[in-house]
Amino acid sequence: MAAFGSFTLLIALAFAAYNLVAGAVALRLIATGRPSRISPERLADTARRAGIASFVATSGAVFALVWAAFTNNFSITYIMEHSNRALPAAYKFAALWSGQEGSLLFWAWLLAGYGFVLRLMHKNDVKLYAYAGTILAGIQVFFFLLLNFAVPPFSLFNGPMPTDGNGLNPLLQYPEMVIHPPMLYLGYVGFSVPFAFALGALMMRYPGEKWIRITRRWTMVTWMFLTCGIFLGMHWAYAVLGWGGYWGWDPVENASFMPWLTGTAFLHSVMMQEKKGMMKSWNVWLIFSTFLLTILGTTLTRGGLVSSVHAFAQSSISNWFITFMGIVLAICTFTYILQRDHLQSEHQIESLVSRESSFLFNNLVLLTACFVILWGTLFPIISEYVQGTKVTVGPPFYDRVAIPIGLFLLFLTGVGPLLPWRSTSFRSIRRNFILPVIVLWSAVIVLLAVGVQPWRNGAFSRGDFFALIAFSVGAAVVTAVLSEFLRGARVIARQTNRNLLVGTWMLMRRNTRRYGGYIVHLGVVVVVVGLAGSAFNQNRQAEMALNQSLTIGPYRLEEVGFTQDSNSNYDSEYALLNVYEGGKRQFQITPERRIYLASDQPETMVSIHSTPVWDLYVVFEGTNPTTGQPIIKAFLNPLVGWIWAGLLVIVIGTLMALVPSLSPATAALRVPAAARMHAEPALKGGD
Amino acid sequence: MASPLRMTVWTRAVECLVLAAAVCFSLGATNASSRFNNLDHRLMCTCGCNEVLGECATIGCSSRGPEMAELTAQIASGKTDQQILAWFAAKYGMTVLAAPPAHGFDLVAWIAPFAVFGAALLGTILLLHRWADLPGGKTPAPTEAAALAPAERERLEKIRRETGSEEGF
Repeated sequence: MAAFGSFTLLIALAFAAYNLVAGAVALRLIATGRPSRISPERLADTARRAGIASFVATSGAVFALVWAAFTNNFSITYIMEHSNRALPAAYKFAALWSGQEGSLLFWAWLLAGYGFVLRLMHKNDVKLYAYAGTILAGIQVFFFLLLNFAVPPFSLFNGPMPTDGNGLNPLLQYPEMVIHPPMLYLGYVGFSVPFAFALGALMMRYPGEKWIRITRRWTMVTWMFLTCGIFLGMHWAYAVLGWGGYWGWDPVENASFMPWLTGTAFLHSVMMQEKKGMMKSWNVWLIFSTFLLTILGTTLTRGGLVSSVHAFAQSSISNWFITFMGIVLAICTFTYILQRDHLQSEHQIESLVSRESSFLFNNLVLLTACFVILWGTLFPIISEYVQGTKVTVGPPFYDRVAIPIGLFLLFLTGVGPLLPWRSTSFRSIRRNFILPVIVLWSAVIVLLAVGVQPWRNGAFSRGDFFALIAFSVGAAVVTAVLSEFLRGARVIARQTNRNLLVGTWMLMRRNTRRYGGYIVHLGVVVVVVGLAGSAFNQNRQAEMALNQSLTIGPYRLEEVGFTQDSNSNYDSEYALLNVYEGGKRQFQITPERRIYLASDQPETMVSIHSTPVWDLYVVFEGTNPTTGQPIIKAFLNPLVGWIWAGLLVIVIGTLMALVPSLSPATAALRVPAAARMHAEPALKGGD
Repeated sequence: MASPLRMTVWTRAVECLVLAAAVCFSLGATNASSRFNNLDHRLMCTCGCNEVLGECATIGCSSRGPEMAELTAQIASGKTDQQILAWFAAKYGMTVLAAPPAHGFDLVAWIAPFAVFGAALLGTILLLHRWADLPGGKTPAPTEAAALAPAERERLEKIRRETGSEEGF
């Protein structure tokens, strides 16, 4: 199987290289119109087919590695290092992306998969897709070169075949690790597609903005995957690492967040280009930067340049990535300089207070946030280079710098939808903003009254202050967005003689992109409210003998047993705790600690009882070696459930924005004939 | 122009709001443990976990306990927060501090984000001003629309159509 895997990888490299070279030659021949012995169109089509074949070959390599994991083929070093006989089936599959070589193979496979879909859809616009497919092939060649010559996943173990493997890292033996990395990788890799379209469209001086419409859909899907990947990673960190938090500003986390920020900026600013032919250069560089940031993140964490709490796969391949980034940047810059006259804006902003300028500010804030995170991630290296001393840039830095920027972004989330395109009047601003402003200040007063006080305990609490702003601005944003829904829905309901609910549904169907986007904004508010809850976290730790209790918030935890268990994969010990609320037994939790036999590594299995108000989060910290009593650490984390609920809202909003809007003709069919005439103006959905 | 009575009502409302905010902000009591909680989140655990001291969850961590004990002792000795952080930096090196100190070259870490944000904000405002001042940047008032040339009116109508039904969010 190792030979088969290696062979398919070599074949995949050959196909991708052919796609790149033949595609480039064909496109050059088409562009120059120079006569040739072979028809350039036919050559371009053979290149496209080679790209499709590269996906088949990469799938063969992935199959070979997964098969080797399932058949316990420990003659392959990668399998020996990341799997063992007792490993459950789902985790054997997850072993594919648990190490350096496997995760790069997985990356290459997803890239080939995206390319496969793209190349199959070539009839949408043969020439543009040929450019994009060829650029994608260039990226594929890089990854196949890596897999064939730098980090081969099928290298054989030196010496006799071991009877068992080292097993999977215990931190990765958690159900979410089967879904989190694929989501994250789909997000990372997916940005290659809009990048390829943007570069291709620039190279060929693509007329009009059709490429933007094609790219926007790919970007939204990719953005959704990346968002899900980031949140699943947060949930994994929360449930597995046992420190009661979900985001530690670790370089690996930062690496995933940076392309998300630039991708989000692109999704907003690209509307300016689509609608008004503005910000063309800006958009091109945004998508170039997003792609480069996905590669930079990998370079930073895999190359060992910065230390990370969960960099599971490190080696010295950073030189490959740095070289690749240098080549990509050079190509992008050269193409931009050559074709920049093609990117002239067709219109100008008409008013400083308009939807267009809110997009500009939104981009400004998102990119500043991206810079702050990149700066914080790289500063230890810069400091060491300049001063010779390494410093740590941890949560206190980001809390002070990134959170205010995030809150400003939250503010813009509410302001943007209230501003019309082109220009507005003072009267219109006052009409749109009066209710959200009233809600904002009412929320501040209510929150202060109920105890969200930044000057509590005689000292200024930054957490409480940020929470106060987050909750009140969040309330204002929800009011602003809902009032936008209601305003349109009320008009449609009145004019079609339907109820408000049906009116809202019709409104959303008529302009899915706009209202899907608003739902995403609501989801962001829900997430921010959940994040702000962390300002009120509590924790208690105690050594608990039988029948002893620990009280946290409204809960009393009573130890009713301490026991041990064992299976072929791990030994475990856990505490049985009855949880009382208001003197009444509510439920039982069993925080656990495991020792994985293959790796002899310990791992915590946190017990979480989640409610909409808070999470009771209980960790079994081990036993006191002197007394033999279990040590229990309990956290009461308010509003954490809102973060995961917010993700759900964001996904629903994104999916809705992906659904095509009802065309005026279709919409007309769904409106009763008698009401159609009156409803037309409202259905047009303008501001 | 607003009537004096209306102005008085607004002034009273703002005064009430400020008073309510001031009363609420002044509520609260001193808590001695908050200083410990603050400091254990400004120091890193030295076990190699890359977590702040107060949140290290490494099983069998041999550094967290001694560091916590040292922190307790330092607070009890009556030192200021800065003195305690300096003591830890002297003992464990600069990497024990969870954020760069705000002096010397490390001050750049704190200044750069705000400087970049300020510069970008200024640049955006100037850009918007420039765009708005350029010919064609200003929209004629609706009453002037009738006086426009047919081609210009058609262009405006096209923009209206484009920005009407499919404008995203």
